[in-house]
Amino acid sequence: MIPERHVNAALLVGLVAVPMWALAADEPYTITLATRAVILALAAVGLNIALGIGGLVSLGHAAFFGIGGYAMGILAFHAQTFTPLDFGAFSVAGTKSMPVIWLAALVLSALAALVIGLLSLRTSGVYFIMITLAFGQMFYYFTISWSTYGGEDGMSIYVRNSFPGLDTLVPVQFFGICLILLCLVLFLNARLVRSRFGLALNAARQVSVRVETVGLDPTRLKLLAFVISGAVTGLAGALFADLNRFVSPAMFSWQFSGEIMVLVILGGVGRIFGPVVGAVVFVTLEHVLGGLTDFWHIYLGVILLLIVLFAQGGIIGLLCGRRVHHD
Amino acid sequence: MTLLTISGLTAHYGVSQALFGVDLELDAGEVLAVMGRNGMGKSTTVKSICRMIRSSGTLHFDGHDLHALPSHRAARLGIGLVPEGRRCFGDLTVTENLIATARPGPWDANRVTRLFPRLGDRKRQRAASLSGGEQQMLAIGRALMTNPRLLLLDEATEGLSPILRQEIWAVIARLKAETGMAILVIDKSLRELSRIADRAVILERGKTAWSGRMAALTPEISERFVGV
Repeated sequence: MIPERHVNAALLVGLVAVPMWALAADEPYTITLATRAVILALAAVGLNIALGIGGLVSLGHAAFFGIGGYAMGILAFHAQTFTPLDFGAFSVAGTKSMPVIWLAALVLSALAALVIGLLSLRTSGVYFIMITLAFGQMFYYFTISWSTYGGEDGMSIYVRNSFPGLDTLVPVQFFGICLILLCLVLFLNARLVRSRFGLALNAARQVSVRVETVGLDPTRLKLLAFVISGAVTGLAGALFADLNRFVSPAMFSWQFSGEIMVLVILGGVGRIFGPVVGAVVFVTLEHVLGGLTDFWHIYLGVILLLIVLFAQGGIIGLLCGRRVHHD
Repeated sequence: MTLLTISGLTAHYGVSQALFGVDLELDAGEVLAVMGRNGMGKSTTVKSICRMIRSSGTLHFDGHDLHALPSHRAARLGIGLVPEGRRCFGDLTVTENLIATARPGPWDANRVTRLFPRLGDRKRQRAASLSGGEQQMLAIGRALMTNPRLLLLDEATEGLSPILRQEIWAVIARLKAETGMAILVIDKSLRELSRIADRAVILERGKTAWSGRMAALTPEISERFVGV
């Protein structure tokens, strides 16, 4: 078995090396693919906080991804049309500034996660899955009918949003922003897993009732994890919208919630770098197999089946052993 | 000073009634043995104190009505539970089990590992891979990390080898002598209980059948209610 930290380090080196090679070889599309993998990894890291540490099987994380995406889309739309965002009693100007958009995406998706979590965490098991799915679909159908922002057709943003000191239209610079954010979130996630909160959350996942007898409120622990998880996925949604310069109700679809979960399971549930591995494998398969056949999802399904049957720790578990390492 | 007051306690598992009127009192710094044959309501009484099951009657801890509190709030008042069957958090290491449950107070991970040096040797080992005795030590350590004023020990020596049982009893004796913490202990070992407990309560069919000082527990009484 390979030590997990070696696999993680190799993965980070690969994530930097591939776009650098693509830059040298003048292959901007490869950089865009790497950016897509990094953003999907970020969304899956968000889900992994709820699923991997907290044991919360959420099938509605697309809601937070979509909220992040629409936060970006709406703010950028009002900036490019020079119209204020009207709330009746007050209005807010649009913006093309990425940091401001990220903040809005984080806050709005965290608030949504707080509300959804407060309602859904009263239940568990299949009911929790169904409630989170229902919330995701609620947002999906709402945006379909929201004609102000494109309705079913979605909404295009003409120019990528700006970041101070960088030209975000240069693929490698935008990739760099996304990679730094991913690394930052991975670092914070690793700290969170080892913190007293992370350990208590892990304990609550294992034996919820036992955690109560040591003075911890498992519902509160899970709610906080769900909010953090939603906020991270929301940030990924804002970046994804910026990558495509397009937002649409598809960001809220239950299929996308399932896709994020597939990334986590592929890489390894509860592993810090599991979602990154999952996203890299997913995007690679999508690109390689997608070029050969429209039915590439069948092969993904077979791989997923093999992983679930024979490597329950995901690809990282296959390489490093099933035990979750906290170091 | 009376720390725990239980009077007329009844409890149910669904529609099935398990306690029919338990009465007991426990003073600060005192060790109380709760005895009785299997299925007489000892563990149910402990679960009621920890608010893990629905119960009614008087259940007061340090002036607080425990029935008004959820389980985690009751624990925060200073009630530490060492549950039957240990039930450590198997995926966490020894240190992580201790950190996860820590609350402010004199007990920290170093003090627990001084009490149980064997845990200190296995700090980075997962709880699930510890021996039964080590898991029991960890379960006690985990409860101590909550800095309780009342420690509830439910069959803490069950299924352990004689040497390990002696080790656990020695630790309980140390806790009594050095900390002044109130201890409610459920166990089948009358000999060990008579050495360590100040008073005893015997439960029979979910009710308090006898209570008094440990010295007053005659062989006839223990034969009649406990079967030893």
